[in-house]
Amino acid sequence: MIRQEQQNRISGSGALLKNLLARRPARGADLKPAGRPDQKKQMMALLRALTYLSAYKRDVIGASIFLILVSTASLVVPQLFRYAIDTGIGQRQKAAIVVAVGVIFLVATARAVFAFLQSYLAERVSQSIGEDLRVSLYSHIHQLSYTFSNTVHSGQILTRMTGDVDQVRAFVGGGVIRLSGAMILFLACFVLLIQLNWKLALITFATLPASFFLLMRIGRKVGPLFGRIQQAVGKLSIIMQEDLAGMRVIRAFCREAFELDRFKSVNREWLRNNNLFLHHYTNNFPFALFFANVATLVIIGYGGWESIAGRLTIGELVAFYSYLSFLHYTTILISFVTTYILGAASASTRVFEILDTPLDVRESPDAFELPAISGQVEFKDVRFRYPGSRAETLKGINFTIEPGQLVALVGPTGSGKSTFINLIPRLHDVSSGAVMIDGSDVREVTLSSLRGQIGVVLQESLLFSGSMRENIAYGKPNALDEEIETAARAAQAHDFITKLPGGYDSLVEAGGANLSGGQRQRIAIARAILIEPRLLILDDSTSAVDSVTEIGIQESLDHLMREDGRTVFVIAHRISTIRDADLILLLSEGRILSQGTHETLLRESPLYYDILGSQVTDFAGDQLSGGPATQTGVTT
Amino acid sequence: MSAAPQRVSGIEYLSRIGQDRALNERVIARRLLSELLPYRSQVITVLALNVVSALCQAGTPWLISQAIDRHVVSGNRSGLAGIMVVLLAVYLLEALITRSQMLRIMAIGYRVLASFRERLFERYLRLPMKYLNQSRIGDLISRAISDVSSLNSIFTQSIAFLPGYLLSLAGTLIAMIILSPPLALASFLVIPLMRLSDAYFAREARRAFRNIHHETGEVTAKLEEDIKGLREAQAFNRIETNIHRFRNSILKYRTANLQAVNVTAASAPTFDILSTLGTAIVVGFGAYLVITDSLTIGVLAAFFIYAQQFYRPIQLLSQVRTQVQSSLAASERIYSVLDERCEPEDPPDAIRLEEVRGDIEFDDVTFAYDPGTPVLRNISFKLKQGQVVALVGQTGAGKTTIANLIPRFYQPQEGSVRVDGLDLRDVQAKSLRAHIAVVPQEPFLFSGTIEENIGYGREGSTREEIMEAARQAGAHDFIEALPKGYETQLSERGKPLSQGQRQMISIARAIVANPRILILDEAMGTLDSRTEMFIQGALDQLLKDRTSIIIAHRLSTVRNADLVLVIENGRLVESGTHDELVEQRGIYFDLFRRQFRDPQPGQGGRAGEVPN
Repeated sequence: MIRQEQQNRISGSGALLKNLLARRPARGADLKPAGRPDQKKQMMALLRALTYLSAYKRDVIGASIFLILVSTASLVVPQLFRYAIDTGIGQRQKAAIVVAVGVIFLVATARAVFAFLQSYLAERVSQSIGEDLRVSLYSHIHQLSYTFSNTVHSGQILTRMTGDVDQVRAFVGGGVIRLSGAMILFLACFVLLIQLNWKLALITFATLPASFFLLMRIGRKVGPLFGRIQQAVGKLSIIMQEDLAGMRVIRAFCREAFELDRFKSVNREWLRNNNLFLHHYTNNFPFALFFANVATLVIIGYGGWESIAGRLTIGELVAFYSYLSFLHYTTILISFVTTYILGAASASTRVFEILDTPLDVRESPDAFELPAISGQVEFKDVRFRYPGSRAETLKGINFTIEPGQLVALVGPTGSGKSTFINLIPRLHDVSSGAVMIDGSDVREVTLSSLRGQIGVVLQESLLFSGSMRENIAYGKPNALDEEIETAARAAQAHDFITKLPGGYDSLVEAGGANLSGGQRQRIAIARAILIEPRLLILDDSTSAVDSVTEIGIQESLDHLMREDGRTVFVIAHRISTIRDADLILLLSEGRILSQGTHETLLRESPLYYDILGSQVTDFAGDQLSGGPATQTGVTT
Repeated sequence: MSAAPQRVSGIEYLSRIGQDRALNERVIARRLLSELLPYRSQVITVLALNVVSALCQAGTPWLISQAIDRHVVSGNRSGLAGIMVVLLAVYLLEALITRSQMLRIMAIGYRVLASFRERLFERYLRLPMKYLNQSRIGDLISRAISDVSSLNSIFTQSIAFLPGYLLSLAGTLIAMIILSPPLALASFLVIPLMRLSDAYFAREARRAFRNIHHETGEVTAKLEEDIKGLREAQAFNRIETNIHRFRNSILKYRTANLQAVNVTAASAPTFDILSTLGTAIVVGFGAYLVITDSLTIGVLAAFFIYAQQFYRPIQLLSQVRTQVQSSLAASERIYSVLDERCEPEDPPDAIRLEEVRGDIEFDDVTFAYDPGTPVLRNISFKLKQGQVVALVGQTGAGKTTIANLIPRFYQPQEGSVRVDGLDLRDVQAKSLRAHIAVVPQEPFLFSGTIEENIGYGREGSTREEIMEAARQAGAHDFIEALPKGYETQLSERGKPLSQGQRQMISIARAIVANPRILILDEAMGTLDSRTEMFIQGALDQLLKDRTSIIIAHRLSTVRNADLVLVIENGRLVESGTHDELVEQRGIYFDLFRRQFRDPQPGQGGRAGEVPN
């Protein structure tokens, strides 16, 4: 019975995860077993990642040169030992020994310095590439419209910007340099061994294909696993991110066990893939080493034979043996790096997927600075459709408002109000038609001159970790303390802020957890006030404004709306706001159903009457009695 | 924000108090090792296998030296062939043993990592809300992902090979001494230097890696927050500023990494110099001995191989030690979370609440999030089962805190909260919460289908129950209108539903839970009146026969409540029904009056009489 229940839980969580995945844009890379076209695509992505090296030519070249120097020095040392043994000991020349030992030490010191410089430069390249990728990802996601953040889980973006970037940079920065170094060393060894004794060399090399075959097999088997392991890690962090944000709900509904199971099942997936990796790895790697050792055996056996026959000196045999260990080393290194190629390739695919998401809101190349606006706004046959959706969210919106007007947007849930206001600061672009401010199409002006003049109070305003001061100054980071305080006063936030132990320097906890909903709202209002916008967009709906208790917010909102001739768009449910609007736009299913003043709409639109519901009756009552009692109904 | 608040994270705290780093290192290292205890028999097997493979490794040069010295020099071909056969067998044995020990130790390592992640996540689920609120999500994720990952090397590499290194070191040492004591002594000359540089690099590495892990957490935290705040960044024209600040924090991260590579990149070459110096000394001195005829060439050749084998494990050991520093620094961050005190545990004899009537009593409750600054002071009130209480008061007065004490999200410092006469300290938190549902002001939905989100309210709820709840919450119609209906995928936090729709789902979730006690943080502002009327009906359903605590924003709620509690600065200043409070003409009346533009005394009283 209990087991059954557990299984249900697990399969339930499995479904949830599948869904998590289904929304990933990187669907192909994640769910399909790595098929050929996929692998090709991934390799292209990896090659593209390699082009990032070109910005650091000097470091790359430097690191490669030092790597070659290190290898050369490494190859010289056995020669010197051979010289010391053969010439010094064999021919009893003490001077030769002293010289050889001295040179060996010098070469070793030089090698150490080169090695240090090589590692340092390689790491610098790797870090620089990581930095480049992260900064371009960061700036790219900041320019993508709201559609993007609405559809892609922020946890996915986070994993791509952390784990995936790390994989790419480790390979492109360090791995490639090491790989090319190892190959050079390998070739050099090959040449030297042939020079030393070509017969012995050829026989030795005959043993290599077996090692290489095994090592390549690891790479082939293990590559796709790396992708899956990384993907499981990504899922783990998405679960954690979501659960940490929704912890209160989890606890309130006692779903800790469910969440833990969900996490455990992904963790098991991670473990299973790692064990698979281990399986392939241990089935091949030790035997690759074995075949490499067989080469040693061949050298000693055949070399010994040759030596007995007098065709090889013992010194040559020892030197040969030393080079062979380099050969081992490089073989292992090459295989090690190639193992990671596929992991890096799938990581770079995921990284470029974000970078390649086209910017739908893009500044036009000849965009001009929008001069200080007066606040006239015009919508010309504006249509909007979310990418991937068939139906238009806005279906031909037309209206003009003059500077200083207060426009109320009214409509049922899902009628397109939020989309509507998002078009004004170009958080989205219209699909057709145009949004004009003071006669300029918003698409023809620079984003910063446009957004800089528009103040927005959003639904669910997000507070950032940092001080109260920083949060208010979010839209104007260099604001003076006095300005911040004035804005806070206007938003009625000053009093509660100064009551906090740290005043304006008090820290905001994660998501504003140490503030009440009303307090968060006031900070958001202060934010908008601070930038002194000519055009204000207000999503009134989250504010607890109609409450018996949060009167202050209502006052500060009213203050904000009516102050010095601002043009205001407000999504409103409060009759008190709507009543005073210069223009009311009644939205329904993406169209302006009717527009006008409160009185006209009340008369002409049944939907309007319906939406305002009880407020209208109460309001009518208010008109009749003129007393506060009936106004108590004004509480949407 | 870049002038990021420097919260006291566990690691900083550790570094403040942990003056004695060496001691600290030993303590943490021991603790990490203790993670292997559940696998001790496996670990012992691995160590035993290690002995064999170390013997193999030490034996092969000896065999080779035998081959060269005895058979090549004397021209004994069959002897040479014999040794070759033995060598082949030894190599094969070595491969098999390597396979078997790798398989074991690495599998253990992965399990330990998985267990760390699981324990961390479990801890996150149980840590006090206060702790979680003061941490940044990205940093907590970074601890469980990136810090745990960096333990990988200690389990999969270091511990696995450590005994092997030590053994081959010992084996080589013995062989060297047997072969030629004077040469062996000569090759030991560089060891003190190696020890010195090892100690230096380990210390520097520890510092550098601490810094890296810290900066990784910082960058992740910043990223996590900024990705969520993309919309704000665009609306407030913050893109340039944000990019600039992000660059700065990446720069710090990069600097930390380069500082670490300064240490790690220098340590290996330094050892390289020293070991080459050692080998050179062997060759020089050995050559002298051969020339003076006190050593054969074969012995020197063998010794030469041994000398290289001798320094390698020393070098590797030091590399391991450097690697281990990264793991130790990471495990400090992991253990600092694991050592955090959890939410108050249930007492061992805690009562399991099977049935709850729903009587609630606050008895002289005083509560502070931070010791010394009480948020609630001496709150007392009683609720009978099925009653509705409305909490009223200014923003920040403590209404939410009162609500939070009922599911025991927090425990009062003084006084007690009772449900059905039982002090909440004496009951199992889980069994208590099973009878409580919460509708938060800002609905939090999970990514997943709508069905899963509503079903979240109660484990094992059926499709029918879910649909019925959605119907009651007025959400059924809009859900059915979606192309995929209840199977519609929501992204994080319920995107792309509108705020009002999320609210309805959140209410449906509470209805599914079928609680005895309901805590409702009203947020009716998000809905248009039409929708709201649906919901009002649904809420009336929901409130029926349940004890409800409502953080009230709507006057109609307050008017209908059985009891209104007026909270001011953490104190209960007035209580009674709406009508009583209006009659009192006290603070409530004042609040109530300020809501309306032209207060006329006397008319407030009529408010309650207006039919709604």
